[in-house]
Amino acid sequence: MEITKKMVEKTATKLTAEEILEGKVLSVKWEPKLKYAWDNGPAIGRYLAELKNGKIIAKKCDKCHRIMIPPRMFCELCWVPSGEWVYVKDTGIVNTWIIGHVDWKAKRLDIKGGVRPITLSIIEIDGASKGMGILHHLGEVDPWKIHRGMKVKAVWKPPEERTGSITDIKYFKPVK
Amino acid sequence: MSKRVAIIGIGTTGFRATTPDVSYRELTYEAAMKAYLDAGVEPKDIGSFVATSEDFLEGYSISDEYSPDQLGAVLRPIYTVPGDFIHSLASAYMMILSGVGPISVAQGLSKASNMLTLSEMVTFGMDPIYNRPLKESPHAVAGLEMARFLYETGTTREQCAKVVVKNRKNALNNPYAGHGVLVNPDYVLNSEVISYPLTQMDISPHSDGAVVVVLAEEEAAKALCDKPIWIRGIGWCSDTPGLETRNWAEAIYAQMAAEMAYKMAGIRYPRKEIDFAEINDEFSYKELQHLEAMRVCKKGEAGPLTEIGGTEITGEFPVNTSGGCLGVGNLYELNGGHKVFEVVQQLRGEAGKNQLKNVTTGLAQSWRGIPTTTGTVVILSN
Ligand SMILES: [Zn+2]
Repeated sequence: MEITKKMVEKTATKLTAEEILEGKVLSVKWEPKLKYAWDNGPAIGRYLAELKNGKIIAKKCDKCHRIMIPPRMFCELCWVPSGEWVYVKDTGIVNTWIIGHVDWKAKRLDIKGGVRPITLSIIEIDGASKGMGILHHLGEVDPWKIHRGMKVKAVWKPPEERTGSITDIKYFKPVK
Repeated sequence: MSKRVAIIGIGTTGFRATTPDVSYRELTYEAAMKAYLDAGVEPKDIGSFVATSEDFLEGYSISDEYSPDQLGAVLRPIYTVPGDFIHSLASAYMMILSGVGPISVAQGLSKASNMLTLSEMVTFGMDPIYNRPLKESPHAVAGLEMARFLYETGTTREQCAKVVVKNRKNALNNPYAGHGVLVNPDYVLNSEVISYPLTQMDISPHSDGAVVVVLAEEEAAKALCDKPIWIRGIGWCSDTPGLETRNWAEAIYAQMAAEMAYKMAGIRYPRKEIDFAEINDEFSYKELQHLEAMRVCKKGEAGPLTEIGGTEITGEFPVNTSGGCLGVGNLYELNGGHKVFEVVQQLRGEAGKNQLKNVTTGLAQSWRGIPTTTGTVVILSN
């Protein structure tokens, strides 16, 4: 430890963040422009179109009989083309959840200042096979009162605001 | 070599400029289903899977995590190679040699049409300190190379144009190819200049598609397959990446990859011992440069050979009967996949209108495209 410290003092030049930001140190900046337009294919495409209609659709595997959500054109376990489309409910139960104190950019939220923690949950959807569902936010609930197995229901955006996206559901809220 | 390994199944979706009807999942699923059916295997019979993907091309970081489902490889030994399809083929081959299981699978995919800023992505592959600040188009690299290749070998732009004419014509008779067209050399020479001497028609247009190949160790291959196509040699090589220091005229990476494969296959005179080849032609001149690097032609002789029709389907050494990248489309990391697919089809006698007569040994070669100096080669025999 002592040796390392001495070596740093003798050989290294200390830099501050300011020196870098002010361009006093040689640096290169590049902002990549990477844009994609992914083709949905029939399964994701129909799923999103149905969300716009305010409905959740799944697909059935005729071999293992799973009702799969999100829907897919083939069952990845049986490895056969999937069968019929099935509507499932917009209710479900909480499988697991977090009470997030940092946002997706790793920025700390001012929880003590009154900012609501992020309550992200895996929701097992009613009508789909066990263990299948949707990743979404929970709302209209005290974060500290969320519990495993809590019954929840989708809160949809008004039809005119829906775009065919997972965010057409605003969040899931507890129901009796 | 202790064990012999053969290709016993191939499957593809074919290659088209766009595939708006399917996601990458359904693309690979279709190719895999066809390949497994062709080989007479099910996912449970397969010992290991090797996928090919490049995060920036897919638009996902850690895109390899999205590979298992569509290959039937959920909870099975699988990993992804961020290289060319033939790198993955080499990995799948080694899986068998190392005893992971007698059957393995290699997969490759292109969704090039989903990349909206393709040019930016290629530029992002250039050195950030020395090269990117100059803000050059990625095709500048191909132009620089073409200029030096023409200068050192005496090859002409007309000879390069003949490559384009030949390959895009061959693609017309390949039902899997997406860019077949009849053009004359003047049309190629007078197409829009991109980075002189490189014109628009010297550049392969991009395509989407998937290829899956099933490999098996000798005993399993003979039990499962009437027409096993044996892997006789395989090689890969990368040169120094620096634009400032690389050899611009000769594709040394292709030479070294080929020599590695020749040695393994016991081939001394490739022109005599190999009947035909699928060569990377992402740019017209690359076909000629690669042929010379791999000793199929001497330096400066690939152009004249092409000019007299020596690389046509009817020629003495047919090259890119499939239509090549120019006629099938640039498939990026899948480029080696369509080459292998075509060579297997030819060796099985299943190449349709472009079928060659009496062929026993074929070579598939690929290159990872701009700005790389990485090449792969595989030699197959029936
Ligand atoms: Zn199933």
